Amino acid sequence: MLLASILRTVARLVNDRRLRSPIETGPSVTTSVLTHVSRCSTGHSVHIVFLSYIVKMRPLTDEETKTMFEKLSKYIGENIKLLVDRPDGTYCFRLHNDRVYYMSEKILKLATNFSRDKLVSVGTCFGKFTKTTKFRMHITALDFLAPYAKFKVWVKPGTEQSFLYGNHVLKSGLGRITENTMQYQGVVVYSMADVPLGFGVAAKTTQECRRVDPMSIVVFHQADVGEFIRNEDTLT
Amino acid sequence: MGRKLDPTNQVKRGPGKKARKQKGAETELAKFITDEETGPKRLSSRARKRVHNLKKPKENSKWLTPAKRKRKADEAESEDDSDDLWEKEEEEVEEEQQQLKKGGKEQVKKAAKSGLLPIERAAKKEKKLKETMGLESDEDDEEDDDDDDDDDVEKSDDDIEEEDTVQTNIDEMDAFRLPGAEESEKEGVLPLDLKTIHQRIKDNIEVLCNFSTKREEGKERAEYISLLKKDLSTYYSYNNFLIEKLIDIFPLSELVDFLEANEIQRPVTIRTNTLKTRRRDLAQALINRGVNLDPLGKWSKVGLVIYDSSVPVGATPEYLAGHYMLQGASSFLPVMALSPQEGELLLDMSSAPGGKTTYIAQLMRNTGVIVANDANADRLKSVVGNIHRLGVTNTVVCNYDGRQFPKVMGGFDRVLLDAPCSGTGVIAKDPAVKTSKDEADIQRAAHLQKEMILSAIDSVNAESPSGGYLVYCTCSIMVEENEWVVDYALKKRNVKLVPTGLDFGKEGFTRFKERRFHPSLRLSRRFYPHSHNMDGFFVAKLKKFSNVVPTAPAEKKEENSEASEMTEVTESPQKNPSKTVKTSKTVPGKASGSKGKAQANGTSGKEKANIKSKGKKDSPAGPKKAKVAKMDGETVKGPEAKKPTVKTTPSKADKKEGGRFEKKQNKKIKSPMKLPFDHFLFKLLQIYF
Repeated sequence: MLLASILRTVARLVNDRRLRSPIETGPSVTTSVLTHVSRCSTGHSVHIVFLSYIVKMRPLTDEETKTMFEKLSKYIGENIKLLVDRPDGTYCFRLHNDRVYYMSEKILKLATNFSRDKLVSVGTCFGKFTKTTKFRMHITALDFLAPYAKFKVWVKPGTEQSFLYGNHVLKSGLGRITENTMQYQGVVVYSMADVPLGFGVAAKTTQECRRVDPMSIVVFHQADVGEFIRNEDTLT
Repeated sequence: MGRKLDPTNQVKRGPGKKARKQKGAETELAKFITDEETGPKRLSSRARKRVHNLKKPKENSKWLTPAKRKRKADEAESEDDSDDLWEKEEEEVEEEQQQLKKGGKEQVKKAAKSGLLPIERAAKKEKKLKETMGLESDEDDEEDDDDDDDDDVEKSDDDIEEEDTVQTNIDEMDAFRLPGAEESEKEGVLPLDLKTIHQRIKDNIEVLCNFSTKREEGKERAEYISLLKKDLSTYYSYNNFLIEKLIDIFPLSELVDFLEANEIQRPVTIRTNTLKTRRRDLAQALINRGVNLDPLGKWSKVGLVIYDSSVPVGATPEYLAGHYMLQGASSFLPVMALSPQEGELLLDMSSAPGGKTTYIAQLMRNTGVIVANDANADRLKSVVGNIHRLGVTNTVVCNYDGRQFPKVMGGFDRVLLDAPCSGTGVIAKDPAVKTSKDEADIQRAAHLQKEMILSAIDSVNAESPSGGYLVYCTCSIMVEENEWVVDYALKKRNVKLVPTGLDFGKEGFTRFKERRFHPSLRLSRRFYPHSHNMDGFFVAKLKKFSNVVPTAPAEKKEENSEASEMTEVTESPQKNPSKTVKTSKTVPGKASGSKGKAQANGTSGKEKANIKSKGKKDSPAGPKKAKVAKMDGETVKGPEAKKPTVKTTPSKADKKEGGRFEKKQNKKIKSPMKLPFDHFLFKLLQIYF
């Protein structure tokens, strides 16, 4: 009985405040309500209705963070810290519906207002965790990989279209490649005009690329910008 | 330095053979001159015969020579009379034959013509001949435009036609007569060819434009208009409802232009993504790929219009890299009107497919936060796709019904509401609108838009340091969805219209048919396909000057904080009953007094309704008032009540009413309904015991 009355008062409080002037009090209301609720939840069993207010996207666990950073470092190496500590504010990664989103803290605060099932996307999606907890990077991360990429591959104009359709890059289409690229190194693919087209994995080292015959694959395709049209549905 | 031709001048002849041969111009000429002076030379027999024949008058000359009446009008008229009459008769017959092929309309004309005897007609024509001599060219021009019943002018038209070549198959429009009942029936059975209908439309409009001069005697304007509507529906394949609406909105001279413009596509336009590239560079890159383009206009720094392209514009590597976005020119306008500043908090309530959201983001240079919302989850995928493709990082995408928004989150600096509408401005993109829209669709859309605009206004923070603006726009040209909705918002909330900052475009209507809107509505802008070469659009910019939500009529009686809380809490449920009662057409007579309903019924403005309702309320007094209020369960009276006791009971009544109407209302009503009910029940009990 006591619990029920507590919960009712809390509910009324939530509704009243929200109804009266959500504009005046602003986002601070939501955080205070949340803290209110969380106090209840520590002491007593949590009423299910309020869960929808609490549960938002969550920070990545250590495991997940490790997996993801490993993948990222394949492409950008130690520049990952540049992603987190940016001059214009702190940015963070959050997990929502198995997808990793990269956003600034300002947006993070606001995104907590939305209920889990209604929130579709926050900031930039970097990729998703598969059912077997592997991290798959999406093309949407390209904007952040491209400036910090360690190893780059430039592709001839004729091969652009082929790569954008999802094919691997053959030796005949290779324009330039960074020196000292290791085999199976993550690379970012550019067009000759320095427009990033996608990323992939180097199939051969730079040395080997020079020697090998024109029809062999030099870069395995992983993601390309053509996916914005081909796989629009998988982005969310 | 030639020699002058002077016979008296004897030129000295020089030495040499040539000088002896050429005797000089004078002597050469002398030869010719002397030839004529010598008598007639001797002719051969053939020549003599020829001369003889030439001199003989020809028997068949009259009917062999082509009609040259105009030039020979000065000559004997009598001669010409018979000629003309004959030729005219012939040509008239020819004309009539042509007309027979064309159909019923011309038959009517023939009937009209046959009213006069041929000889009378000829006499009249003769009179006209002299007049038309000098005016020949003018007549030719006028003839196409000239519709009138005047017989004289009719005849002159015939003259001109005969003068022109016979095979000009132009319609005889000198008598634009409304087809009689028989002709209409005939038309129903045999479809007229479109060319005829088109011509008839043009001529009908001509008559209607100069109605007093060109009208047919005894025919009402309404008949002309009904024929016009029918023809327009047939020719352009619209349903009757839409044609009527369009006739109300556009003057007749523009109407055909508008309808024609809806048949062709507007030019493809793209917007440069300034986060990734510059317009100059993008234009260069696209030209290299074989795209023919131009800057959009002086009013936009990021727009490009594509004339033609050898590659698909939506699949170039530049597109995929996010350097530009395919967007209609009219969609630039609301964002330009909104003019978001860096670091602001923005809301885009109906953001799919994301063109405006991304434009806002690029204007803000990826600072601040944008909340992109849309009620349709499938379309949100395109929003997410576009956001990621164009490199926008400051956006949160969510899937709420726009009407729920103030509850979810408020306090935005600026809000953009591109309301879902009937789409009558984008008929060129979706011709199905021509036949599928009717009154119910428009009303439904208008109702939704009104709810959304109120939610949008409630989401704006009036005290925002840099903002407090809302831009409302639709891709529709209907007054019910545009000016009416904005006018509604002006009455219901503390907002005012401000200039949009768009210096072109037609001003919004301040009055339309029987409705009168707030005069500041002329600050809103309308865009049309035929005059601005972009999709039909409406943009209005509102500024919120106070966060307080006004209670139903202008009076705000707040006796104590509790009461004020109650009123404010009751606002939302009450607003909803008023809204639902508004929309439900079965409104009892008393209820019509309430302010909100006045608009739904399309009757006069707010003031009248207020007076009515006030008068009603003042009559009962004291506890009776509460009972009356209870009994008049349908009416919205709560906030208008003056005493706190009365306040609770009507609000209670409204709660009940709210409960009754719950199914019709939005979901958001349910939660606030339950809890305050407890509160008020408690209060009520307190008062009575």
